[in-house]
Amino acid sequence: MKISNRKFFASFLLVSALLAGGASFYASSAPDGLEKVAEDVGFIETAEDHTFGDFTLSDYGIAGLENARLSVGFAGLIGVLATALVAMGLFMLIRKKAPSKNQ
Amino acid sequence: MHIPDGFIDLPTSAAFAAASAVAVAGAVKGSRRQLSEQSAPLAGLTAVFIFAVQMLNFPVAAGTSGHLIGATLAMVLVGPYAATLALVVVLIIQAFLFADGGLTALGLSIFNMAVISVWVSFAVFMLLKKILPKTKSWLVVATFISALFSVPAAAVGFVIQYAIGANATFSVGAVLNAMVGTHILIGIGEAIITALTVSAVLASRSDLVFGWDKKDTILEIRS
Repeated sequence: MKISNRKFFASFLLVSALLAGGASFYASSAPDGLEKVAEDVGFIETAEDHTFGDFTLSDYGIAGLENARLSVGFAGLIGVLATALVAMGLFMLIRKKAPSKNQ
Repeated sequence: MHIPDGFIDLPTSAAFAAASAVAVAGAVKGSRRQLSEQSAPLAGLTAVFIFAVQMLNFPVAAGTSGHLIGATLAMVLVGPYAATLALVVVLIIQAFLFADGGLTALGLSIFNMAVISVWVSFAVFMLLKKILPKTKSWLVVATFISALFSVPAAAVGFVIQYAIGANATFSVGAVLNAMVGTHILIGIGEAIITALTVSAVLASRSDLVFGWDKKDTILEIRS
């Protein structure tokens, strides 16, 4: 079952958008492994506020958007778009170029 | 496992940032050799997919969650060099757009998740590929086990950084125990997600998978 490039890449992108834009609302909000360990052991006290902590998108939400589902969903979609632009640009730039002409 | 600013002192953070920069330069060189017209877009999309799945924290134990790192996933799909770069892109986007992971700690996080996690799981993966039968099912098994190792490996990376330059004075032993214990659990989730994703890509486009050697699937049938 080999599917075409275009179909394969489009589904990959679509799944990513659905996960970041939709499923992310259902993610656990408990502290992650490192944060929990830092709390339990005690060194959480040494954490400093993030330089960009007051930015519009900080902590995967749109500042001021009350609806939690929309807030995290839009933030996720923006992240997907930003990652796609940066990563695609980077990898297209450094990939092996196909031989430009046949001799 | 995105490290906030303040956990680790600035000299240590700077040293790991320098080490990460060297590793990234090497990864750019390596990717230039490995990425083709076809695998370059896959590498980009792998970064996108990892960003998305990293948003999905799953509960692992009382009051603790974990999420995919994606090091093994990217390594199996696009090779270790491009995997390092894909993770670096994700970590930079998260730190600069979403305030996830401190800016001075970025080199520390990159070193743990984009370098240690990728290359430890690559070593495990290559070893398993040597000893396991060369079928798709066994490739998924190798992927699962490599992913299992990739998460505690990154956790140990943090413990090393803590031992060198923590701003706190709690014992390294306590941090090691807690970090490794928790991240073995998170590693199980990582392994499940990674194995499922690799299976799906193997089923639809095995020719694009870096870790799968039989690329000539179309011409496979012979009498």
